[in-house]
Amino acid sequence: MVKKKNKKTIRLISRTALLLILAAIIVYAITSKDKVKVLAEGDKAPDFELVDLEGNAHRLSDYKGQGVFLNFWGTWCPPCKKEMPYMEDLYKDFEAKGVHILTVNVGEPKVKVELFRDDMNLTFPMLWDKNKTVMDLYNIKPLPTTFLINPEGKITRVIKQGMTKQQIVDYLESIQPK
Amino acid sequence: MSKITCQCGHENPYGTELCEQCGRPLSEKAKESDIVDMRYEGSSRRSQTYKSSIVDKIWNFFSSVKIGVGIIAAVLIASAIGTVFPQKFYVPASTDAEYAEYYERLYGVVGKIYYQLGFYDMYNSWWFKVLIGMLATSIIIASIDRVVPLYKSLKKQRTRRHPSFMKRQRIYGEGTIENTAESFAKAEEELKKMHYNVKTENGAILAEKHRFSRWGPYVNHTGLIIFFVGVLLRGIPGFYVDEAMWIREGETRNIVGAPGYVLENKGFTLENYTKEEAEEVFGAALDKVGSIVKTYRTDVTLYKEKEGSLPGSDNLEKVEDYAIVVNKPLKFNGYNVFQMDYKLDELKTMTFHLVEKSSEESLGEFTVDLSNPEKKYDLGKGASVNMLGFYPDYDGIKDGEPYSKSPVPNNPAFIFQMNTPEKPEGEKSFVAIRQTLEVEQNDYAIKFAAAETRNISGLTIRKDKTLYILLLGGLVFMIGVIQGMYWQHRRIWIQEGADGQVLIAAHTNKNWFSLRKELDKLRESTALPAYKDRQDPELDKPEQEGDEEIWT
Repeated sequence: MVKKKNKKTIRLISRTALLLILAAIIVYAITSKDKVKVLAEGDKAPDFELVDLEGNAHRLSDYKGQGVFLNFWGTWCPPCKKEMPYMEDLYKDFEAKGVHILTVNVGEPKVKVELFRDDMNLTFPMLWDKNKTVMDLYNIKPLPTTFLINPEGKITRVIKQGMTKQQIVDYLESIQPK
Repeated sequence: MSKITCQCGHENPYGTELCEQCGRPLSEKAKESDIVDMRYEGSSRRSQTYKSSIVDKIWNFFSSVKIGVGIIAAVLIASAIGTVFPQKFYVPASTDAEYAEYYERLYGVVGKIYYQLGFYDMYNSWWFKVLIGMLATSIIIASIDRVVPLYKSLKKQRTRRHPSFMKRQRIYGEGTIENTAESFAKAEEELKKMHYNVKTENGAILAEKHRFSRWGPYVNHTGLIIFFVGVLLRGIPGFYVDEAMWIREGETRNIVGAPGYVLENKGFTLENYTKEEAEEVFGAALDKVGSIVKTYRTDVTLYKEKEGSLPGSDNLEKVEDYAIVVNKPLKFNGYNVFQMDYKLDELKTMTFHLVEKSSEESLGEFTVDLSNPEKKYDLGKGASVNMLGFYPDYDGIKDGEPYSKSPVPNNPAFIFQMNTPEKPEGEKSFVAIRQTLEVEQNDYAIKFAAAETRNISGLTIRKDKTLYILLLGGLVFMIGVIQGMYWQHRRIWIQEGADGQVLIAAHTNKNWFSLRKELDKLRESTALPAYKDRQDPELDKPEQEGDEEIWT
């Protein structure tokens, strides 16, 4: 009798296991995208190295332990242009608090970016993604797209639209090291 | 759930129709039947027996052949519906509203319903994936539920069967023969000649061949499952890439979908056949259509990020130069980069003259590379031009400033500052195509002189590590089909009853005609009782198609 009971338990467990595995596969197939992996909130922000307009190299990993406000932009995009002065106003204050604003231009001609910077009197470092490598790495579709990266190097939020100054302040504060 | 103990003493699992060893009918249904149902050897299909828990109920649902056929039908019908109108992928739209509008405009009310029901992106819809998943589940569970008991009962079958089993076979005969022992020895020998595996057990013979044919359907299902696994793997990063990108001549760009690789486009070439070289083959066609393309080629250089460097750094090493032509992709590390598309004649450079308006005299010319303009162009003799503004895709003035609607140089405009010995403080001028604006009346002007164009290559990047898995799945599938289709599992039982009567019975899972032919051949050389095909008594009548059971 003991043997029979065992057999029954084994059958129940094995059937349940197989059904659960199959159900998990179906759920996975539905939720996974066919496309290249899209970075989501909670993922580790992939490291990169880009030079700014002055030729200084910046690595994301240089800012480990600090918050990074990573903003992808283009000169032709009006909302990108609109939030530039806000970032200019805020970047020094927040640098002292351990949050860096990094802006990445998506591979436009360098002179065009320089003209834009001079026109808007921007002084923060502007990284230049000449080969669109980092743009593809972060799978940027609409501009502007902003990633909030916390001191642990995790993406806490992806913002795919323009921001008001108050929103930028809130976002910067959210990734400030404690 | 107790076991069923047969009169022969063998313990059979609950739900067994025919005793696994001696073949005695155990269920009422089997006892009453004239010709016993030999599907799955009358074994206890697990799904038919335990119905206690919810897990067992789900299990039984998927184990059912009827449900399986139902799911197949649903998948077929759904797939067919998906082909009625173009899928989302082929529709030139990007927002939901545009899609809705497209389907309604082209296909009317039906199109609107088609869109609203989600058929426009059917193969990616959750319910289609669920259907496919259910199909896979059904295949797996139904197979496990059948192959295990079938295997067990074929393994356990005894040579001597009970007369009640023999009598219920479709092919059956009984009678007395003169020298039983001699006939049996002869029969054994003859059956072996016909490639049967013969087992004997005091006065009983079991001849069997091609049992492996019974596993055909399960091998086939295994192939299908391998195929599904391959398709599923495509969703996992690294297994499958299918991307497209545009790359301009002179541009160096990260390869979409292939992290760590950068491609430089050194030139796109579109060559047509000339009349002379192709007269013989294409002469008539050339006269008719004017030109026939000979080559689409992109000359590229492939670079790779150096070991240990980060994405985005300029720390690249050259891998190779290559000329991509149609069907001769650039290959590296599992990736293929194909020539796919092209665009001709995008503006590349613009050449201007700096002209004194009154004398129309040129102070020199300069060329602006639109993908890499400079800040200052020195014209010599104290004259220079500064670039104050660059608008690659000028689209009017917005908020008091020139506005570029994209980074593509479709309609370049500039603000130049002209510095000349006469006007060292400089004059400003806004220059767009066929348009010049001045804030104040200028003495000098920028005049357009010439433009150069460049081409853009459209490339497709593909990587498919699942291809061989799909191939293996297809191969196993075919092996299963062949195994089940071209061989038949045949068994012949001959035994001497207690009263000295000789019983003969035979069974096959298909192609009864050939089985009878083999029996007839056996009886030509060996003294055995006559038999009858009880389902098809007219023995001379050729076997009719239609008794093949694809599910067994």
